[in-house]
Amino acid sequence: MPTPDEMAYYRQEELLEIDYRPPERGWMDTPVDFRRGSYIYPGKAKMLEILGLPNPRDWAVTDEDWKLPDNWKQIVLEGMAERLRKYRSFKVFMDSCVRCGACADKCHFFIGGGDPKNMPVLRSELLRSVYRKDFTALGKVLGKLGGARELTVDVIKEWFYYFYQCTECRRCSVFCPFGIDTAEITMMGRELLGLLGIYVNWVIEPVANCYRYGNHLGIQPHGLLDTLEFMADDIEEATGIRVDIPMNKKGAEILFVTPSGDFVADPGIFTCMGYMLLFHELGLDYTWSSYASEGGNFGLFTSHEMIKRLNAKIYAEAKRLGVKWILGGECGHMWRVLHQYMDTVNGPADFLEVPRSPITGTVFENARSTKMVHIMEFVADLIHHGKLKLRPERNDYVRVTFHDSCNPARAMGLLEEPRYVLRHVCNHFYEMPENTIREQTFCCGGGAGLGTDENMEMRLRGGLPRGAAVRYVQEKYGVNRLAAICAIDRATLVTVCDYWAPGVKVTGITELVANAMVFEGEHERKVDLRLEPIPGMEGEQESEGSGSDE
Amino acid sequence: MEKKEFGGKLIEVDEDGFIQDPDAWDENVARDLAKTEGVEEMTEDHWKVVNYLREYYLQYQMAPMIRKLCKTTGFKLKEIYDLFPSGPAKGACKVAGLPKPTGCV
Repeated sequence: MPTPDEMAYYRQEELLEIDYRPPERGWMDTPVDFRRGSYIYPGKAKMLEILGLPNPRDWAVTDEDWKLPDNWKQIVLEGMAERLRKYRSFKVFMDSCVRCGACADKCHFFIGGGDPKNMPVLRSELLRSVYRKDFTALGKVLGKLGGARELTVDVIKEWFYYFYQCTECRRCSVFCPFGIDTAEITMMGRELLGLLGIYVNWVIEPVANCYRYGNHLGIQPHGLLDTLEFMADDIEEATGIRVDIPMNKKGAEILFVTPSGDFVADPGIFTCMGYMLLFHELGLDYTWSSYASEGGNFGLFTSHEMIKRLNAKIYAEAKRLGVKWILGGECGHMWRVLHQYMDTVNGPADFLEVPRSPITGTVFENARSTKMVHIMEFVADLIHHGKLKLRPERNDYVRVTFHDSCNPARAMGLLEEPRYVLRHVCNHFYEMPENTIREQTFCCGGGAGLGTDENMEMRLRGGLPRGAAVRYVQEKYGVNRLAAICAIDRATLVTVCDYWAPGVKVTGITELVANAMVFEGEHERKVDLRLEPIPGMEGEQESEGSGSDE
Repeated sequence: MEKKEFGGKLIEVDEDGFIQDPDAWDENVARDLAKTEGVEEMTEDHWKVVNYLREYYLQYQMAPMIRKLCKTTGFKLKEIYDLFPSGPAKGACKVAGLPKPTGCV
């Protein structure tokens, strides 16, 4: 019998019976229902100890007693006061919401679940109500009538449940007339919980691993090398080309950093193989690093302090190796950290040079401060200058759609480059409906540290809007591949597609680039990077023609 | 954290039943862990997968990528699912005493 952490446990008809009517009692009087499949296991004591975080202990979400410090309330309120002083945005977001409800139906968890506390406006009220009670005169006087409430242990439990049912995707923020960034409210909520030692293990173990070993998975240098060498073997089998693996190479021009999911998890590994082939063909003077072996930064899902601690490693390594600039792989939230936090917390990276493509001479002015260029910017520039020899017909068996990953799309504005690349390496590219892509893209349902199997019900519910859009292009255009430039996506969308649009496989873009690229000295390409036969390539079949892009 | 008996020893396990101390593992522990995964008897094929995972883990402190597991043992992914119904990561790795993988996986 399947269990609540397995997809097969959930019947679609049941999940789709979504009741959008609010419960009879008011939201302040509706307690949290911790049912299996809808919450994440707490952070293990060992992980908190490694990171020097407060109140390490082993506990369970369903325990009555969460073993909080005696002065827990004081800790939270002082923590809130400190953050209201430190972060102007937090204060503005607490004060400026008029509860217009424009965000209410924009959240994938609300759409797929119907729980009113997953309306971003109400999720924020969970925190705002305490703010009103303790930090505003009106709230102190009017109390519940003024939307204020007392901070209790039940409120803490409610925060935990709902701030870990927000993927910090910021779709709701696109629609907020005041520009309130709900992800930042979630981040504050998680920081305050963290002061009490309340974390989820799916986030805090990767953080502890990254802190010690340089990546979320805890891959050590010899493991990383073994993994990349194995990929080099597969690359050779597919193309006849033996690629080098420059590791911790001092004086290299470029440091390449990608999410560690690309090292071990299918289908990210094929995109990793794509990077290796691309760099080989270009003769790029680059290096991998076993210390900065993680593009992602689960600090973003933990606290501002942790963002800084983990991000600093990439720049420390760039300095140690003496590279000129940094190239970043297909990661999602890495780019939010890079574009919106790095410069403030650890920058400016004055010791590096403004990135300049050694192949085309293009200077990436947009990366003048962070010194870090996205692989899609880099590849789009190569294609634009005619530097890649491409045979897109090799990808003719792929009918691909593109999922804009929340952070590259909304935190970085990287909308055109991936599409530009896709159109040049695939003849069959189809867009999902416009209210589900670009700035309005729907989350995979598992970002911000929620992509673990014990959270399966929420992942499937949160993945419903994206899954439905994939299903739509699958039925309309015969789409069989979903491309995404984020490792969390490549892990979680496999489940979303298997459930809501079975038959659609997930891919990174660089995998498709490498499959289309003609490499010098390659043997006849009969299999793709997955070592699966390329249909039609046995007999050099004609391409079906130019790209269609509905 | 909860302790459960495997191979005659009391061993700490996480919420999903992964043992917390990889050093507590031995073949008897593996046999009992296998039962929690619906594998009543560890056949030669089961051991082939588990022993490889174990060896790799001891050398590299991580699980091998699934592709490498398949290539080295000669089993297709489907065959590994036939052996361990929860699959290589949640099933076979658990029986081999490896920790549950976390991160963008």
